Amino acid sequence: MTDSLDHLPRAGDGGRDAASLEANFRDLHPPLTQRQAIIESQRCLYCYDAPCIEACPSDIDIPRFIREISEDNINGAAQTILEENILGGSCARVCPTEILCEQSCVRNHDAECQPVLIGLLQRHAIDHMHFTEHPFPRAADTGRHVAVVGAGPAGLSCAHRLASHGHRVTIFEADPRPGGLNEYGIARYKLVDDYAQKEIDFLLEIGGIEIHYGQQLGDNLDLATLKRDHDAVFLGLGLGTSRRLGLAGEGAPGVATPGLMPATDYIRTLRETDDLSTLPLARRCVVIGAGNTAIDMAVQMARLGADEVTLVYRRGIDAMPATGHEQEIARANGVKIVTWARPEEILLDAEGRVAGMRFARTQSRDGTLMDTGETLEIAADGVFTAIGQALDEAHLAAIPGLEREGGKVHVDGHFRTDLPGVYAGGDCIALGQDLTVQAVQHGKLAAQAIHQDLMAQQEVA
Amino acid sequence: MKAIAKRPDVDLSIEFAGIKSPNPFWLASAPPTDKAYNVERAFEAGWGGVVWKTLGEDPAPVNVSSRYSAHFGKNREVLGFNNIELITDRSLETNLREITEVKQRWPDRALIVSIMVPCVEESWKAILPRVEATGADGIELNLGCPHGMPERGMGAAVGQNPDLIEQVTRWCKTYSRLPVIVKLTPNITDIREPARAALRGGADAVSLINTINSITSIDLDHMVARPTVGHQSTHGGYCGAAVKPIAMNMVAEIARDPATRGLPICGIGGVSNWHDAAEFVALGAGAVQVCTAAMLHGFRIVEEMQDGLARWMAEKGYRRLSDFSGKAVPHTTDWKYLDMNFQTIAHIDQDQCIQCGRCYIACEDTSHQSIAKLVDEAGARRYEVIEEECVGCNLCQITCPVEGCITMVPQESGKPYMSWNEDPRNPFRESA
Ligand SMILES: Cc1cc2nc3c(=O)[nH]c(=O)nc-3n(C[C@H](O)[C@H](O)[C@H](O)COP(=O)(O)OP(=O)(O)OC[C@H]3O[C@@H](n4cnc5c(N)ncnc54)[C@H](O)[C@@H]3O)c2cc1C
Ligand SMILES: Cc1cc2nc3c(=O)[nH]c(=O)nc-3n(C[C@H](O)[C@H](O)[C@H](O)COP(=O)(O)O)c2cc1C
Ligand code: SF4
Repeated sequence: MTDSLDHLPRAGDGGRDAASLEANFRDLHPPLTQRQAIIESQRCLYCYDAPCIEACPSDIDIPRFIREISEDNINGAAQTILEENILGGSCARVCPTEILCEQSCVRNHDAECQPVLIGLLQRHAIDHMHFTEHPFPRAADTGRHVAVVGAGPAGLSCAHRLASHGHRVTIFEADPRPGGLNEYGIARYKLVDDYAQKEIDFLLEIGGIEIHYGQQLGDNLDLATLKRDHDAVFLGLGLGTSRRLGLAGEGAPGVATPGLMPATDYIRTLRETDDLSTLPLARRCVVIGAGNTAIDMAVQMARLGADEVTLVYRRGIDAMPATGHEQEIARANGVKIVTWARPEEILLDAEGRVAGMRFARTQSRDGTLMDTGETLEIAADGVFTAIGQALDEAHLAAIPGLEREGGKVHVDGHFRTDLPGVYAGGDCIALGQDLTVQAVQHGKLAAQAIHQDLMAQQEVA
Repeated sequence: MKAIAKRPDVDLSIEFAGIKSPNPFWLASAPPTDKAYNVERAFEAGWGGVVWKTLGEDPAPVNVSSRYSAHFGKNREVLGFNNIELITDRSLETNLREITEVKQRWPDRALIVSIMVPCVEESWKAILPRVEATGADGIELNLGCPHGMPERGMGAAVGQNPDLIEQVTRWCKTYSRLPVIVKLTPNITDIREPARAALRGGADAVSLINTINSITSIDLDHMVARPTVGHQSTHGGYCGAAVKPIAMNMVAEIARDPATRGLPICGIGGVSNWHDAAEFVALGAGAVQVCTAAMLHGFRIVEEMQDGLARWMAEKGYRRLSDFSGKAVPHTTDWKYLDMNFQTIAHIDQDQCIQCGRCYIACEDTSHQSIAKLVDEAGARRYEVIEEECVGCNLCQITCPVEGCITMVPQESGKPYMSWNEDPRNPFRESA
């Protein structure tokens, strides 16, 4: 996947071994100890109609699970979390809690100005649960069979909820492994120790879910067949392609420019490798973008040992989609953030490899972004683009009647696409934010809708 | 070396039932006062007096192993403390020798000796002169130990019987010239009865409370209470912060009882800081005794106690303890004398409110549905008191996590004081 970086040195060059590199990718926020969890749980005020519940995209009853932790009822706490969010363990690790539950914690307004550490408490409950059997039973088999396309957070959450209602589920996944971006997108230091796979093993314990790998819709799988063989179809496809800059020097689509690649491709390799020292290292690295993906890319390259990592954004710091917390992490890792600079040209050396980038300086005039006329050049041997993900249209083009909205799949309030019997959720649809927890919620709600629609059909029949 | 700081100009010294002490902080009869080593450390730390761990007749009792347990708060703060220890387990001889030596070395401190011997005249007659010979300043009768000793006809077995209290007190006044403080057990329905009996017997003072019968917790894995002795347990005596409200009520009951008016009271039970001490004094105590707080933190706490009390007194313009002793007693009355025309209403300071909703759900579910939950267009919540419905119960103020956010505001009713006796709504009103 990193062929276009083959000419670069390796992270292990200069004597850095895999183990010392691995140490840079340990848990970003180490778990709470038992004692810390009890003390922290005591800080929860057990609000009525708690604002944190409203702020959690997956509707977890947060005050309740925190009270359960404080009352030494870890399995109860875990069940409270999992009954709304079956991937509560990974959400606890990857959620930008600073803009979700913790942002709305009333303790922010208190004299303390310090929210309850909800994410870490959630992780504590899930990490310490000790069920002797899967905590969710499967209802009696309904005889219905649902196809789920994509084994990312949306697809998995949907499958689990469908299974609990007694439907049989088959997941079709293009990759050889389940998990979606949990497996190959989330920063390595957020989900350590193969957590994504362990969590999926737990989820599948409910039974009634089968996964077929290497099955790509629009390639070796078509929707018409899926519809024919199943009672309903759920699409949890995510956003399979990275947006392109569309600049001179970028090369034609499909043609790699040495030194240039989408951040998500690099991150995927970084997540998959067993030996970090073999990864190509851009000593001087430029990351284009301002979302959390850009930050993840910049920070991970810095931790791999890059000398200089610069993140460039065309607007001001306040407009950055990455949360303040993420920006702090970037700065703490030595990432330089350059704002008000718009990519203009990728500079190549004589061999056609990336040598740097030229940016046009920008400013905002009454809200419109304009060039100032000045330019800025940054030397770099690696440029990584993180300017957004898009639907993998190449594989969806052949599906007639699947309407789009804003470049994503259109659904109604019940996650129904415009094709009868076909539902969708997660990053691939035009609702909500592109977050793991949001995908889990979509999958869950879509499963409820599918269940209701299937049961209604039964009554009619 | 610390610089020498200015100290508030107040006099903390007291004379309690004829016993002089440089400050009102005494250690209660318990492990902290069990032997010379502890007591001298306590005096070095600044304690004004000690009540020596209760002496008994030889042979001294034997204690079991595993003796204490606690009622914990969630952050492991000890709310209440429980013990199943008996009186001193050292010989009378040793204790008396040490008491003599300590008193000689610390003449300015109050040294009171706690005694518990069988309820027969000979026993008291025999021990009292020996105690007096130590040079101690007074004696305290332990009529309150709730465990172990009552099974042997001592401690609470005596303290629960007013006739026996009177009898024992009289023996002490007969066979000793020392001031006699009668320590009362709270394990009784009306605390005024034993206090009156002590006074009839000639007591110079009462001290209270001793510990309260208790079981603090059960080990649910082994189905046995704590502290566990082998596979068994027994009820113990409860003390520490949790018992302070019970102790204060009992002190107040005696302070405002006309039958015991003027009887010196030594306040005991959950005193942990200067604030607690000041409260006991406000209810009429002339000195306080401390056990649990010292057992949990060591003797050093007395420094903050003295300093805090002195500064607060200076701020209030009190020069000595007697300036405010008993000041809260006249304001402590029977329910029937409370003003039926007084009305207070909760007020929520919106600037301090953090919108946790606790006051709302408390009032809505369990009180008078007097708090409205409002949500504006932006989704911001706001809690407001429905003044017409509010009965002024204080529940919302108590459940509010932000101190000072909810205040209870007395209403101007324009009506004069009216007790329940005078209230036309009282069917049993004593007609004027
Ligand atoms: C680099 C990066 C970092 C991120 N970090 C965070 C973070 O820290 N916190 C957070 O909350 N969110 C983060 N996100 C967002 C989060 O990962 C996504 O919102 C979430 O994974 C969406 O889940 P999904 O199931 O909709 O899609 P995906 O996770 O993308 O899963 C889609 C699955 O469908 C499969 N698939 C796709 N097309 C087909 C097809 N045609 N046929 C069969 N299978 C197919 C894919 O192989 C994949 O397994 C990050 C995203 C990126 C890119
Ligand atoms: C371990 C322990 C042993 C005690 N032993 C005695 C005793 O021998 N004689 C006595 O009069 N009171 C005894 N007490 C009771 C204390 O003197 C005191 O009355 C009680 O603990 C309440 O005060 P506190 O809340 O400050 O602890 C004992 C208390 C404890 C905790
Ligand atoms: S799922 Fe995420 S947003 Fe919801 S409570 Fe957990 S950490 Fe917070």
